[in-house]
Amino acid sequence: METQTLTPLERFLDTFFNGTVIARYMPSILEGAFITLQVSLLVVVTGTLLGLVLACLRAYRIAPVTFLIIVFADVLRALPPLVVILIVFFGLPNVGVSLSAYMTIWIVLGLTLAAFAEEIFWAGITSVDTGQWQAARSTGLSFTQALVWVILPQAVRLTVAPLTNRAIAITKMTALGMVIGLSDLLGAATTAQSFSGNASPLMVAAIAYVILFLPLVIVSRWVETRFAWKRA
Amino acid sequence: MEALQQQFFNLEIMRAAWPMLVDGLVMTLLICAIVIPLGLLSGIAAALLSLSHRRSVRWPAVAYVDFFRALPPLVLLIFVFSGLPFAGIRPSPLEAVAIAFLLNNSAYYGEIYRAGIQSIGAGQREAARSTGLSSAQTMVYVVLPQAVRNVLPDLISNTVEVVKLTSLASVVSLAELLYQADMARSVTFNASPIVAAALIYLVILWPFVRLVSRMERRLA
Repeated sequence: METQTLTPLERFLDTFFNGTVIARYMPSILEGAFITLQVSLLVVVTGTLLGLVLACLRAYRIAPVTFLIIVFADVLRALPPLVVILIVFFGLPNVGVSLSAYMTIWIVLGLTLAAFAEEIFWAGITSVDTGQWQAARSTGLSFTQALVWVILPQAVRLTVAPLTNRAIAITKMTALGMVIGLSDLLGAATTAQSFSGNASPLMVAAIAYVILFLPLVIVSRWVETRFAWKRA
Repeated sequence: MEALQQQFFNLEIMRAAWPMLVDGLVMTLLICAIVIPLGLLSGIAAALLSLSHRRSVRWPAVAYVDFFRALPPLVLLIFVFSGLPFAGIRPSPLEAVAIAFLLNNSAYYGEIYRAGIQSIGAGQREAARSTGLSSAQTMVYVVLPQAVRNVLPDLISNTVEVVKLTSLASVVSLAELLYQADMARSVTFNASPIVAAALIYLVILWPFVRLVSRMERRLA
């Protein structure tokens, strides 16, 4: 290494955009990106669906069920996801339940998103005018039919913007997988960084995250103006 | 059942870990005392810049906000902590946390303030200007107070998120609450210290989570 002859710019490029290092670790970083993408999709789909189901259950106003849903939503909204991840990953094996890092991230982030999604869907359901319920029921629809065919379609419209923002924020947390040894995008990059002694893999990962999430952030901007959430 | 209790709610282990957890909690509160005010202030700057009438100011500001909303906070923190030393800049764990949170929070708080400022009608601004206030005075005394009131639930809810995110500092071995709890876990091979830490987070944050739920319901 003839470090002395490098100009500051060359040294910067050599440290953060080193072609040879990037080429060597690109395959593992791409695999990591694929895992990040997979877990993200699983978290968004399962979290949103579970949140929707819980909000619908809450609409039946059965006291013990409502109570459990509120406790679930409050606890998972108040706890840092990393705390829950460590409890699940390091605590459960001692009582005979061993989950892989992949499963841990999926379950914990899925449940976290479900907690936020339940609150958002519930706020949507309660903001639909009671006249809509009465009109639907008076045409002979059952409670469940009124909920599914009349109330939800109107409620969901209101939830698109806050739900998109929340889903993006929680999906980005798949990077926490690195802490429990998941070879996701960040995990693969930090491993490559320590093997190569060079910051380029981390730079590539940062750029990859922005490429993955920037389109979603821009979509969320558009969604906010398109499906404006009722404001005072 | 016994095993569950032994593993997650072992009072003896919790009591033994308690002094470590208190040290961690103090550090967590210190981090909050640094990053929350910084975020609240830098967010106003980000919002004002991204609402500028000059395109040459507005576009870079919007790009900045979107970039840091797209980058996961942990990636940013690790980049600052273990990427910058390659460029000869060696931040301490606390400095790395402060820098990463400043970049991330200014973007998130900035978006909230922007929505708030946009919710104030032009009439307010015109009325304020016509009474002789300068445009800076109009912003500080007329627009911002109303804007903040309108987005107060979002500001509180984002602050709850910031407090939760301080747990990421454990990854760069800053001895905050989660780091201390995880140290105690690895010494005792028992998850109770982390459960105790979870309970501490819950006690601090749960009232705010409830508050935000109630405020949001009233607005909807």
